[in-house]
Amino acid sequence: MSAAATALPGSGRIARGVRPDTRKALAADAPVEALPAPPTVTLPLVQHTGAPCVALVKSRDTVEADAKVADTDAFVSAPIHTPVAGTVQRAGVVTLPNGRHLAAIPVKTAEGAPGPEAVYADVLGGDWPLDDADGRDPEDVLRAIREAGLVGQGGAAFPTHVKLKPNPEKPVDTLLVNGCECEPYLTADYRLAVEAPAAVLAGARLAARACGARAIFVAVEDHLHGARQALRGAAGPTDITVAEVQTRYPMGGEKQTVRAVLGRTIPTGGLPLDVGVVVINVATAAAIARAVQRGKPLTHRIVTVTGGGIRTPKNLLVAIGTPYRALLDACGGLTEEAARVVAGGPMMGFAIGDLDAPVTKGTSGVVALTRADVRHAAETACVRCGRCVDVCPLNLVPSRIALAARHKDWDLARRYHMAACMECGCCAYVCPASLPLVQLMRMGKAQMPRETGG
Amino acid sequence: MATDVEANGAAEPVLEVAPGPHVASGSLTTRRMMGDVLLALLPLVVVAVALFRQAALLQMAIAAVATVGGEALFARWRGRRATLGDGSALVTGLILGLSLPPGAPWYVGAIGGLAAAGLGKAVFGGLGQNIFNPAMVGRAFVMIAFPAALGAEAYLAPAAAAATTGATPLTALQMTGEVAPLGPLWLGLTAGSVGETGALAALAGGLYLCIRRTAAWQIPTGMLLAAAVIAGLVSLAGGSFTPAHHLGAGALMFGAFFIATDPVSSPLTPKGRFVFGAGTGALVMLMRTLSGYPEGVMFAILIMNAFTPLINRATIPTPVGGPVPRRA
Repeated sequence: MSAAATALPGSGRIARGVRPDTRKALAADAPVEALPAPPTVTLPLVQHTGAPCVALVKSRDTVEADAKVADTDAFVSAPIHTPVAGTVQRAGVVTLPNGRHLAAIPVKTAEGAPGPEAVYADVLGGDWPLDDADGRDPEDVLRAIREAGLVGQGGAAFPTHVKLKPNPEKPVDTLLVNGCECEPYLTADYRLAVEAPAAVLAGARLAARACGARAIFVAVEDHLHGARQALRGAAGPTDITVAEVQTRYPMGGEKQTVRAVLGRTIPTGGLPLDVGVVVINVATAAAIARAVQRGKPLTHRIVTVTGGGIRTPKNLLVAIGTPYRALLDACGGLTEEAARVVAGGPMMGFAIGDLDAPVTKGTSGVVALTRADVRHAAETACVRCGRCVDVCPLNLVPSRIALAARHKDWDLARRYHMAACMECGCCAYVCPASLPLVQLMRMGKAQMPRETGG
Repeated sequence: MATDVEANGAAEPVLEVAPGPHVASGSLTTRRMMGDVLLALLPLVVVAVALFRQAALLQMAIAAVATVGGEALFARWRGRRATLGDGSALVTGLILGLSLPPGAPWYVGAIGGLAAAGLGKAVFGGLGQNIFNPAMVGRAFVMIAFPAALGAEAYLAPAAAAATTGATPLTALQMTGEVAPLGPLWLGLTAGSVGETGALAALAGGLYLCIRRTAAWQIPTGMLLAAAVIAGLVSLAGGSFTPAHHLGAGALMFGAFFIATDPVSSPLTPKGRFVFGAGTGALVMLMRTLSGYPEGVMFAILIMNAFTPLINRATIPTPVGGPVPRRA
């Protein structure tokens, strides 16, 4: 560990957790390639955590690229923009990998869409001045972020302007940019940090300006040397600290990163805000820079397409709304061994049931796993070996909670703090009995009756 | 939805949908854990055979066959598929065999094995459900059923090999106050149950189990620590056994590493395991010094097994970030 990392307020490490094979070498050295616009993009009306948007366009309307096609007045929400110029088709319903059925607007791409080089230059290229944040009004920055439809691109897709809006009761002193990317296989954040570090840092500056943070930390796992070097090079002698943290899953979880980098513990059920921190993903930071400095909405994102079941793993810059199938085709398609295609990483991602479903704002990767990767022994009896307890990053007793959920014993589930579980999957990853621990806990959390009174 | 991109002619593999995580470490299975235990028992088995020859082999074989057979039989009666493949019945049987006196009649091991599989495990619902350590249930059953065959006299029986016939060191201590020399005590060159005498061999196998993390290190640590502390106090108060004698004598080392560490009947959390181990060690010393029994490992473990649910309840860890706040 470098000297800089030891100077962090936190230890740079997390307790427990697991060390799955990262498999990042598959795609880590593949430069980001822009994917040409597909014949049709499909834009679900909910691509974030919060209120659904309402369509602003109707069938047969002609739209320009970057035009807003859906919005709402609700605060916790984010508008949706079309990445391509074209014609709006009849609204339909899509089923996303997470199982949600959502209304969606298809847009048929018009002729003459910009080529891959132009898209890359538009989204990631050019200069990203680091020094223009201080001159901006925080309100303007927040407004630009809201109008650009930014959501957290690490997975949870929480609207960014909501996260950054200053709360007088909970002042923020630190902005933490999360580039840990602790999910195995995924390299989208890594490639972004290598290829456009200035965009990440410029966005971080703007985000800090918006939320009132004075200190800025960028966290990367210690095996991602390229990302660390690129970010340190771009940061130069600024106030931005590039923090190296231990490579251990789930380092990228908010609670874990904040504790590792800053040594602060987010209370159960609370937010980083409760300890004076705002955490944003590196891709979100880059999108903030693009939204504020260039006035561009969130219409494209980097998606890692990788895994043993894909012929040529790549990092693709794709239009949001592109079907997963087009991403797989651009990477040579699936191999015969492919058995499961996962949206997101293999630990917390969702298996894709319909390859025609579109990429959304929160899609960080597509991992094609082989039969050997997903081979799972049949479930056997829990022998209470306690491995799940040994790896739980939140210090829970997963096997107890899962069995309580299976038998709907809500008192027991409460006593073992079921609601604190963040579903990272470490327990199920190590379970010698192959118990579906995460599935049981998810089911339990959804079914447990809300406490009354109190 | 859109079919524009479907023009790709190649046949697609069938894709499955399942909940995450989509990968598993795979390095650890119940079967591998049981394999680890069998491997770790090897030093003890070698010492047992070297000392007691065919008497040891016979006890282990009878108990193992009876336990595995019992498991198959009871699974069949319950209309379940027998779970012999995981090796847990074999481990139970072998531990039972090692805990019997070399001179015990053949039916003791056979009935003990059936009791271990039936009363110890099947009646509770099979692997993972039993409250008590099955091998110790089997042993307690035959000890009560055939007191003569398992009492102090059993160790004097002529079936045992010549060099090690005689009262066990703990019986000798209780009866005559005779103190066994430390060297033979730790090497196992004393009278005793088939597999309990080789304290060093048990320690070696046990350390392997802890390093492999198949056994939770907190249990033997707590148990040996508690026993040593109490033995120290007893010896200060004028007892003739030092802590080194107590740790090397009887089934303490064997029990600490191989019996008390049965995951099913011991607590789940690190803290709970230490408490469980310490309680077991304290009970062993209590029985050795104050009760009529020269030895107490079996009953100490069974008693602490009964406390496991309570220990679990009392040692629920606090989540990182504190307990879940109650909704207003």
